[in-house]
Amino acid sequence: MNIPYLTSIVIFLPLAGALLTMLSRSESAIKWSALGVTSLTFLVSIGLWMGFDPAISTSMAPQLADMTGSWFPDMFDIKYYVGVDGLNLLLIMLTTLLGPIVVLSSWTYIGKSHKPYYTLLLILQTGVTGVFASYDIFLFYIFFELTLIPMYFIIGIWGGENRIYAAVKFVLYTLVGSLLMLVALIYLGYAAGDAINAGVFTTDWFKLVAFQMPVDMQSWLFLLFALAFAIKVPLFPLHTWLPDAHVQAPTGGSVILAGVLLKMGTYGLVRFCLPFFPNAAQEYAMMFAVLAVIGIIYGALVSRAQSDAKKLVAYSSVSHLGFVVLGIFAFTAEAMQGAMIQMINHGISTGALFLIVGMLYERRHTREMSDFGGLAKSVPVLTFFMILSVLASAGLPGLNGFVGEFLILIGSFKSTVLDSLFLVALATTGVILAAVYLLYMVFQMFWGPLDKEENATMKDLNARELVLLLPLAALMVIMGFFPAPFLAKSEPAVQDLLQKIETKRVAAALEAAESDEMTQWTPDAESVGVIEEIVANTDSK
Amino acid sequence: MQPEMLIKLVVLLPLIGAAINGLGGLFVPALRNKEGLIGMIGTIMVLLPFLITVYLFIGFQGDAIISNAFTWMAAGDLTIGFDYRIDELSLLMTMIVTGVGSLIHLYSAGYMHGDDGYWRFFAYLNLFIFAMLNLVLGNNLVVLFLGWEGVGLCSYLLIGFWYKDRNNSKAASKAFIMNRIGDFAFLLAMFIIFREIGSLDFDAVLTDGLTMSQGSITATVLLLFIGATGKSAQIPLFTWLPDAMAGPTPVSALIHAATMVTSGLYLLARLSPLVLMAPGVMTVIAIVGAVTALVAATIAITQNDIKKVLAYSTVSQLGYMFLATGVGAFYVAIFHVMTHAFFKGCLFLGSGSVIHGMHEVEHELEHDGHGHHLDPQDMRTMGGLKKFMPATRMTFLISTLAIAGIPGLAGFFSKDEILFKAFEAGTHGIDVGLVVWVVGLITAFLTAVYMTRAYVLTFEGEPRWPHADKITPHESPWTMTVPLWVLAGMSVVGGYLGIPAVIAHGDLNWIHHWLAGEQGPVAEAAFEGHVALAVEWGLIALGSLIAIMGVWLGWRWYSKRGLSFDEKLAARFGGLYKLWQGKYFFDEAYDKTIVRPLIGGSIHGLAPFDKYVIDGLVNFTGFFTRGASFTLRYLQTGLVQSYAVAIVFGVVLLIWLMLF
Repeated sequence: MNIPYLTSIVIFLPLAGALLTMLSRSESAIKWSALGVTSLTFLVSIGLWMGFDPAISTSMAPQLADMTGSWFPDMFDIKYYVGVDGLNLLLIMLTTLLGPIVVLSSWTYIGKSHKPYYTLLLILQTGVTGVFASYDIFLFYIFFELTLIPMYFIIGIWGGENRIYAAVKFVLYTLVGSLLMLVALIYLGYAAGDAINAGVFTTDWFKLVAFQMPVDMQSWLFLLFALAFAIKVPLFPLHTWLPDAHVQAPTGGSVILAGVLLKMGTYGLVRFCLPFFPNAAQEYAMMFAVLAVIGIIYGALVSRAQSDAKKLVAYSSVSHLGFVVLGIFAFTAEAMQGAMIQMINHGISTGALFLIVGMLYERRHTREMSDFGGLAKSVPVLTFFMILSVLASAGLPGLNGFVGEFLILIGSFKSTVLDSLFLVALATTGVILAAVYLLYMVFQMFWGPLDKEENATMKDLNARELVLLLPLAALMVIMGFFPAPFLAKSEPAVQDLLQKIETKRVAAALEAAESDEMTQWTPDAESVGVIEEIVANTDSK
Repeated sequence: MQPEMLIKLVVLLPLIGAAINGLGGLFVPALRNKEGLIGMIGTIMVLLPFLITVYLFIGFQGDAIISNAFTWMAAGDLTIGFDYRIDELSLLMTMIVTGVGSLIHLYSAGYMHGDDGYWRFFAYLNLFIFAMLNLVLGNNLVVLFLGWEGVGLCSYLLIGFWYKDRNNSKAASKAFIMNRIGDFAFLLAMFIIFREIGSLDFDAVLTDGLTMSQGSITATVLLLFIGATGKSAQIPLFTWLPDAMAGPTPVSALIHAATMVTSGLYLLARLSPLVLMAPGVMTVIAIVGAVTALVAATIAITQNDIKKVLAYSTVSQLGYMFLATGVGAFYVAIFHVMTHAFFKGCLFLGSGSVIHGMHEVEHELEHDGHGHHLDPQDMRTMGGLKKFMPATRMTFLISTLAIAGIPGLAGFFSKDEILFKAFEAGTHGIDVGLVVWVVGLITAFLTAVYMTRAYVLTFEGEPRWPHADKITPHESPWTMTVPLWVLAGMSVVGGYLGIPAVIAHGDLNWIHHWLAGEQGPVAEAAFEGHVALAVEWGLIALGSLIAIMGVWLGWRWYSKRGLSFDEKLAARFGGLYKLWQGKYFFDEAYDKTIVRPLIGGSIHGLAPFDKYVIDGLVNFTGFFTRGASFTLRYLQTGLVQSYAVAIVFGVVLLIWLMLF
């Protein structure tokens, strides 16, 4: 099955749908067209899954790629260039899957201004998909910024009491990071252009990966990029915008935020920071790993201190994404694969948790855990989905969360870049702490006597809500017992990326050694051996 | 069908049962009160695996059979398959789990009658069997870990089964979290092994794993043991098990006595060649086991809740098994796992039958408006039940004598073997052997005493509940008494699978041949030379004497003086008795030193820190930037632009800071 422009269709179908919702008159026409378009997008995106062959992507060549000529020939090598590879396929699929779920979750939750809400939601989806699919980093940047505006309004208009504060904080925080990234990006484009593109500024990902950046230039460019992504993740201590944004955002906004927006940060680290600046990335790996582990523990403990269920789930993201960042900076295939799959897992289980908390909020107009209690009696089906999501989130083997956490931790433990067993052992305490805060939530809300009238008369899930949760619940189990097909999609790409990073890093280190201290430094026998081995490995692959 | 196929069926059937009863009950409310159907599905889905396992057992040729289902996960050098292993150890464990399991399912069909969570109960119970089978059949550490955490989950769900009472849910959370602390250590052990040898399959762990550095082996075994202390309720992670009695009694019998809590012993037996290479850790295991056995036995003497007595007794017996493991007698530990499953399963189910009867009394008292509140688990309001529940009484008595170690019954053989192995190790240069042997003897005496006390207070003497002349309990239905008789029978004959070498010249010790024979999967510590025959006979006599004396004294004290003898004990031992009664104040100590500082620190320390310091800095920066832009606002219109300007300033400033 070969549909032309498949990737572009998946990106822009929601945008076209936005036009449709804008033209729709009635509330139900708006809703149904939004649901129709996002569902259609998901169906189309299955073509990406079918059409993508991981065996071919060992050379990281994008599949199903669409490319235009340069927008500014001779001046700037900036172009529309999108496609699918092992690194972004699952994230794109997650985005298209959450699309209809988010629309459906807003069905009754959103009480005012339906038209702009669904329009913005659709624009947002185009932005996020574009971020993941871009092979031109300038294009990536445009999509990256494009996600900000709809999210700003979604929080700012349909949010809770303190929505303006949260929305402005969200935008400002991200903007500071991304503007810094822009500066670094422009610098990088010129430097690469001068070196390998006949003096023409370039933002082509493949050219930038091939560009051998001198070691001494890498650090600050790496830090500027990494800062932008670390804010997005968010990495401790840059996380405080997240709980505010989550608590204020409507359910649909929270699901998108936790499900895919945060992944733009971790994805950016993998896609750009590591291959562009391998030497700097390894130099700062320990720093990021330490911050990640602090985030794991700190996020978990602060999560336990919350009395608001949504805030508890929000802080759990800080903890969970700490695992992902740790996995990225371990530079082993196991940990990187764990990070890739954990991004998806977190989107599924945390997405489900936000949905369920939202459903409870719709019923009771409160998220204070102490206002609930004994819900297992009155809403058993909702309780079932809640406990399943909690267990997935806590990393119970047999559900999806375990696979990611286990691979990340076992891969980080053997990492020679981090080489700190103690740090990984600390990270592993997150497994205990996750049980502590998540079971506390279940304890408060679902067990105990049904002593409040409003809780006793609460209605269990309706058909619409069931439809929302069923696919996520199914994925938790499927990806828990059968993660292999999912891992297989990204395995060659991850192996290749790590290989590229290592080759480039060694070459840059050699070059630096030669140019700096050509006379003083002669590699001793051992390091020559190591280098030769690496070069030989690279050649053979 | 091939064994490879059959074993998959064994694992899968309980899962199917759990899915039918669980999802069926959840989504089709009309099915929830079909008790007969639910109970039948639940029981059959465990009975069938038992029958299949017996068939496999009979046809077993002596070579391990590996059944590869599918690749679970693969990344980098790591490949984990959903593989199951059929060998002597896993077959024995599977038979215990499914055999005792089906009896307890049958029992539950009667015991849970009328509970509106009937369907949920059977779903959880089937799910538990599924997890437990993964634990004992998995061919690598990760599948074992899946079962390991899975049984922990089911334990959580079943302890908190009656969730209306917050105390039950609290006990459930406590069990899960304490287990997770152990699991944390288990995970680290797996990380070390993978880092060293690149695989987590048992075949690799028990070949390449043995060539790891001594430091890695020691660390791995120690971490695995810590994991085992969580699941198998040993010091320091044992305090969850007595609380776990909040769950329905069949759960206590199945999960918290017969199967799940023995996982730690299974793990160490499975990896016995590796464990033997860490002698230092084995000393620790022996000491922890012995101390736990003694500590729990002293607590058991002071308890009045019949299930609490049995719970501490379980902790104590598990300590015995670790003691055996610590002196290198892994197969004896598994032997005791088996006999313990019989007599402790029987005791718990018997206590359930008693509680069932006392509930009746409680109900009638309330119904008649006598206004008495009765705790159906408190032995102080029982007494004289042998008149009303003859079957329960007889089976309880048999298993009491079995656990006490009366010669000829199951507990005698396995306990005697443990003490003998400790003595043997002690006289062959393992210094700790003699110490734990003495502790084991003392514990054996205490066990006989506290179990006799429990039996006497419950069944002998005169009834002590109010209006006992009018209100009387009745014997439980056949679904409950049949499992009792079967287990009591096994408590009598089960020990003959391991007849001591000295009696039958070693030829009849089937369990030793089976598990630790030449081809068997379980290793054991080997010692030069033998203990003299006369000494061995002497040890058997000593063990028998201690057991008989314990029962006799217990009988004399409690049948004559009843409850007042407890007061005498309290007076005699003073502060020590208070310590026992207070359960050595482990809970209070943990609460003060760990739980409260952690939770309190999070609520009163970290959360405000996050809000006021970290976020405060962020807001301060924002405020500062806004202040700067205030002057510029004259040039600009509207808010957004002023922010943009502020941002650009910020960017320039930051770049400047970074560059120079």
